[in-house]
Amino acid sequence: MTTDTRTSERDQLRLVITGSVDDGKSTLVGRLLHDTKSILADQFEATLHASQGRGATEFDFALLTDGLRAEREQGITIDVAYRYFATPRRNFVLADTPGHVQYTRNTVTGASTAEAAVVLVDVRRGVSPQTRRHAAVLALLRVPQVVFAINKMDAVDWSEERFAAVADDVRQVAERVGLTATHIIPVSALTGDNVAAPGPDWYAGSPLLDVLETLPAHQASDGEPFRFPVQLVIRPRTTDYPDYRGLAGRVASGTVHVGETVTAYPSGRSSTVVAIDGATGEQSLATVGDSVTVRMADELDVGRGEVLVTGSPIRTTQHLDSVLTWLDERPTSPRQRVLVKVGTRTTRGLLAPPHAVWHVDELEWQDSSAPLQLNDIGRVQVQLAEPVAVDEYATHRGTGAFLVIDPDTGSTLAAGLTGSELGALAG
Amino acid sequence: MTITDLPATDVSLRSLEAESIEIIREVIAEFDRPALLFSGGKDSAVLLHLARKAIWPAPLPIALLHVDTGHNLPEVIDFRDRVVAEGNHRLVVASVEDWLADGRLTERPDGTRNPLQTVPLLDTIASEKFDALLGGARRDEDRARAKERIFSVRDAFGGWDPRKQRPELWRIYNGRHAPGEHTRVFPISNWTELDVWRYIQAEDVALPSIYYAHQRDVFHRDGMWLTPGPWGGPRDGESLETLSVRYRTVGDGSCTGAVLSTATTVSGVIEEISVSTLTERGATRADDRLSEAAMEDRKREGYF
Repeated sequence: MTTDTRTSERDQLRLVITGSVDDGKSTLVGRLLHDTKSILADQFEATLHASQGRGATEFDFALLTDGLRAEREQGITIDVAYRYFATPRRNFVLADTPGHVQYTRNTVTGASTAEAAVVLVDVRRGVSPQTRRHAAVLALLRVPQVVFAINKMDAVDWSEERFAAVADDVRQVAERVGLTATHIIPVSALTGDNVAAPGPDWYAGSPLLDVLETLPAHQASDGEPFRFPVQLVIRPRTTDYPDYRGLAGRVASGTVHVGETVTAYPSGRSSTVVAIDGATGEQSLATVGDSVTVRMADELDVGRGEVLVTGSPIRTTQHLDSVLTWLDERPTSPRQRVLVKVGTRTTRGLLAPPHAVWHVDELEWQDSSAPLQLNDIGRVQVQLAEPVAVDEYATHRGTGAFLVIDPDTGSTLAAGLTGSELGALAG
Repeated sequence: MTITDLPATDVSLRSLEAESIEIIREVIAEFDRPALLFSGGKDSAVLLHLARKAIWPAPLPIALLHVDTGHNLPEVIDFRDRVVAEGNHRLVVASVEDWLADGRLTERPDGTRNPLQTVPLLDTIASEKFDALLGGARRDEDRARAKERIFSVRDAFGGWDPRKQRPELWRIYNGRHAPGEHTRVFPISNWTELDVWRYIQAEDVALPSIYYAHQRDVFHRDGMWLTPGPWGGPRDGESLETLSVRYRTVGDGSCTGAVLSTATTVSGVIEEISVSTLTERGATRADDRLSEAAMEDRKREGYF
């Protein structure tokens, strides 16, 4: 929180940061929190105290971010942590994903909600297998913007040549996996140069924090069709509101206006929007990200699990061609019975054996029907007991994703993306 | 409920609000017997405000659950009862004193009752058959909480095992659990203390009076300003002083301190925390100073 925190023209950006301790991730996260004055004195002192308790002579940024006892004892990061920092222009929600074990699971989790990603690369080591994996997962999950931070520039005396060489390799990887909107920025998380402070003379771009502040946040894009998964039907039947009936949910994409005709899928029932109740009262339109209640001209028999759309129909299907990231320690079993949660609808499903597995190191699909193991990314056909309304993930991030759930324990087994043409990861 | 307008340009606050409402609606839709943990503190007041909006204009189909340490300031209990009466809510109180009275719990030597809340909480979850608990915890409060999910499944002992947490993907929340387990849900996970106060300002959310500066008799202990009460008063060498203070958090009076303040309005409070150099827990909670992993240890045992 720097200067005027009361300014109201502020938006929010969800950010995921990937990289390993070796790349200086904890140091960069600590640096961002520190330079935006988001670390307060008691946290600083507690961390300094802990650093000294472990024999360190200096402030250990990793201890600031590694929250769990086992993490501090073993010097590893176990789980995705969420952190918050703010500048006068923007609130940041940062998903800090560990790079060590279970990398794909954690990166997928962090990337699924992110509007932008920072991938750390150690300038001395250049592009590592991990950089390629992270780039591939970010492309697969369609994180709209990716910033590669080439770190430890202080260790190479801010050599422009060293930076340019690594930047070339990064560009090739980004192109190979289909990342388009990218920035490549030299930084030193350790000294803070080109993070919030200015960088070297030879670097013409803005420092990392400036770039993060000005990346476009998730905005209503005019072209996107309207998608509204219905969460619940609100029917008070009170004396004040005896006849009120509204469909409550959050707009997944696009915009809807009062007076427009909407159709619910899978049922296919249509009606006209007569009113939209938002969190601040009645509104004439609802746009992506809004939590609203939509009232219709006709009393439609529509409830939780349906998706309201305008314009062309959304696909309704009982068969999903999909890419699964397997998140469970037990591998897939043949014809595994699962639950599938698509938007607000949960239905029973059956997993066919995988037919291809993504090799993150070679950046290519390979034919395979072997069971998916933890962190594997595979192509799997999913048969559903009931039809669902669903989009292709490649064009609709909001309504093209699903969870695979264990019917007995309720655990989340896999992250599912619908469609087989997923950007450059298409075969 | 009055509907007030947020400034149209304050996108960050409206995004947070929309996310919280979506989460609360998922709970209302997917669980049979949800309850909302209501302490009378500012975070639970904001949570209740959001829950009412989520289901508006229908009445809130969720009971309020207060785990009462018996060490509350009277202003907080008055506020709780007023909110319950005005909103016509169902209030379930799990009173630590009941558990102490019949021997299910014993008082700790230091007299602090925050750690004693876990057993009454879990017993009440079982007896009321609550399957989901909405709580106002925020990830910015503590390092362990930074790793908490929005939907967090707890075993029959209420335990939190950070290694067994489910990955939480997109905005598709998975609250499924086995019989005997329950789900804790934290709709304002992504809010900071400052966001909460900006929202209180924008929406005119009512709070207990102790959140604003007032004259109070306090004594100094462990770097905190404490109020005398049933939990004890000044010891030898500690003296009462009348000072202008306010509370940043609501908790057990024996270990929740006031901060020196002259902020009598919401905007005064916002100005104060904007320049504060201490976190709200660091400034006011002795229990979080017990060890490096104090919060993690309590969460593992079933604390909020």
